Amino acid sequence: MVPIVYYVVLSAVLFGLGVLGFLFKRNIITMFMAIELMLNAVNLAFVAFSRMLGQLQGQVYVFFVIVVAAAEAAVGLAIILLIARNRESLNIERVNLLKL
Amino acid sequence: MIILRHLWIIPLLPLLGAAVNGLLGKHWPRRVINAVALGTTGLSFAATLELVREFRHLSPDQVPWVQSYFTWMVAGNFRAGFDLQVDQLTVVMLLVVTGVGWIIHIYSTGYMAHEGGYFRFFAYLNLFMFFMLILVMAANYALLFVGWEGVGLCSYLLIGFYFLKQSAVVAGKKAFVVNRIGDFGFLLGMFLIFWSFGTLDFQPVFAQVAAMPAEAFGQVGLIAGIALLLLAGACGKSAQVPLYVWLPDAMEGPTPVSALIHAATMVAAGVYVVARSHVIFIHSPTALVVVAVLGAVTALYAATIALTQTDIKRVLAYSTISQLGYMFLACGVGAFAAGIFHLMTHAFFKALLFLAAGSVIHALGGLQEMPQMGGLRKKIPWTYWTMLMGTLAIAGAPFFSGFFSKDLILFQSFASPFGNTVLWALGIVTALLTSFYMFRLIFLTFFGQPRYDQHAVHVHESPLNMIAPLVVLALLAVGGGWMAAPALWGGTDHFEEYLAPVFEPSQAVVEQATLGQVESSLHDVALEHALMYAAIAAAIAGFLAAWFFYVRRPRIPDRLAENLRLLYSLLRNKYYVDEIYDSTFVRPLNWISGRVLWQVVDARAIDGSVNGLAQAAQRFGQEARRLQSGNARSYAAWVVLGALAFTSLLLWIAVR
Repeated sequence: MVPIVYYVVLSAVLFGLGVLGFLFKRNIITMFMAIELMLNAVNLAFVAFSRMLGQLQGQVYVFFVIVVAAAEAAVGLAIILLIARNRESLNIERVNLLKL
Repeated sequence: MIILRHLWIIPLLPLLGAAVNGLLGKHWPRRVINAVALGTTGLSFAATLELVREFRHLSPDQVPWVQSYFTWMVAGNFRAGFDLQVDQLTVVMLLVVTGVGWIIHIYSTGYMAHEGGYFRFFAYLNLFMFFMLILVMAANYALLFVGWEGVGLCSYLLIGFYFLKQSAVVAGKKAFVVNRIGDFGFLLGMFLIFWSFGTLDFQPVFAQVAAMPAEAFGQVGLIAGIALLLLAGACGKSAQVPLYVWLPDAMEGPTPVSALIHAATMVAAGVYVVARSHVIFIHSPTALVVVAVLGAVTALYAATIALTQTDIKRVLAYSTISQLGYMFLACGVGAFAAGIFHLMTHAFFKALLFLAAGSVIHALGGLQEMPQMGGLRKKIPWTYWTMLMGTLAIAGAPFFSGFFSKDLILFQSFASPFGNTVLWALGIVTALLTSFYMFRLIFLTFFGQPRYDQHAVHVHESPLNMIAPLVVLALLAVGGGWMAAPALWGGTDHFEEYLAPVFEPSQAVVEQATLGQVESSLHDVALEHALMYAAIAAAIAGFLAAWFFYVRRPRIPDRLAENLRLLYSLLRNKYYVDEIYDSTFVRPLNWISGRVLWQVVDARAIDGSVNGLAQAAQRFGQEARRLQSGNARSYAAWVVLGALAFTSLLLWIAVR
């Protein structure tokens, strides 16, 4: 059996990649994918711990996260589509109407 | 038993009248306002008479008759209820307040007939009756204080009734402020009572005090403290030295107000409280002496000022202060019944004198200065004769009401175990001065040649609704003291006998004090007669002096004033007390509130701190808005930084 540490490290690495991608990419779609990566890193940790502790709660949470992620994807993609139409660009730097 | 069960009817009727007239009466014709005002107070008077009838059937152990209507406030062990009580003292006060009050209401319909604000006047007058009735019927100090403050409020409203007149407004304010000083003492006294006895209800408090041993003379313990604090309140309301200054100025109000509030009822509240708390006072000889000395000094002091005043109402105002001094003197020597007796007779004759003075002023079209009057005897005979009756009564002419009560007070101040020759001497000199200044008033007003402008002033006798009250009050002023008459021949004083159950506990203390003496002089008829002749002699001397000065040789007063310029101007200017108060209290207070409290504390400290906080918030906001850059990536960075900080914190806690 693979020790829990491996899963947790993998999860942390994935999460870190997600954060970095979210911070440093300018393309909104890429940032969106980075968020998905972070969510799934968390899912991995949930499932691993659930398996280790022999409890079901972790797996149930994973389903919640997947549902939320799906809903978020629906809304998020719609917003992105509108931004792309209005700005003719997917660069996050140009979404700055609220700027001082 | 109807009224005994429903005591609340008596005070609530005038309140109803005040509410109806005050809220709805603005555009009503005067006839309707009269009907409401006179109807409610008249019914209240009728209810009082019925109460007196029912009260006679109560057995002695049912007195004081206390009725609880509802609980007003509860806090911890403290309970104050809307509890009304009736005992003999209450009955006397009720008769005076509703009876004299009703008569003055009738008079007012004539006196105020040509004045604006008619509905307002009667609403205030009725409201005053309500509070006064609450004051005398209350069964605990808390409810009594409601009436106490209420009459103060009405006094303020009525003194400042002519609110367009600067002096009236100032006088109203002065009365209110001076009364507040006394009220402060009264409140502290109430707190002290609750703190030491755990209740404010009269019966338990008095029972507990009665069970305590009397304090020694000179000792200022708990009881003396309570008594002196209550006395401070009484001094404010009853215009005793040093808090009397508001009463002469209160003459700015309409004359019926002067008669009702500043002569007959409200100012008696202080005396009533002292008499009601007689158990407390009698247990502290120290406080008693203070009461007696204050009373005697006030009586003499105010009488000397009255000698030189020229405003007819001001003379009466100072004589009121002087007579209230007599009542305090009586209470101070343990003769509470005598004090209440004088309160009652004084209510009759002083209300009469004020109303008659109002009639004189009315006849002369608003003139109040006596040096400009004169020769009115034939022109307004009804006013003259009734006012003469009042004067004879207050001067102590034999067999008039004032004679009996004043004689009793003088006798008690001499013969009571708490009295002494000095107090009596002060009293008898005051009696002489009283007789002098009252006949001075009569001679200046009604005798000699007319000194007013006879072409400009059309002198006319007052209408019936003003004369009739004068006549009724004159009858009372003449005959109101006869129930005490048999005492002169060694019989029973029926008034004292009636009040005896109320003052029984303190009477016992007085009796005990006389036990030590070889022979009690309290029941010495020969001594009483001797003192009585002295009092009569004083009254006659005062009359003769006034007659000599103002009828026989009318130039003497001017020459005396010329020769004794210093003394004359001292008295004329009321010992400069107003000026002294002004420079020692009023101005420093104005300075402190203006220069320190307003310009430093309020403008700098309070406004400064509030404005400073607002400015700080604004400046912080100016800086903090830079965070909201509108740049999505910087927000993302903040979120990550925040998450990192939070995770580090959690890790740090876990590792630690």
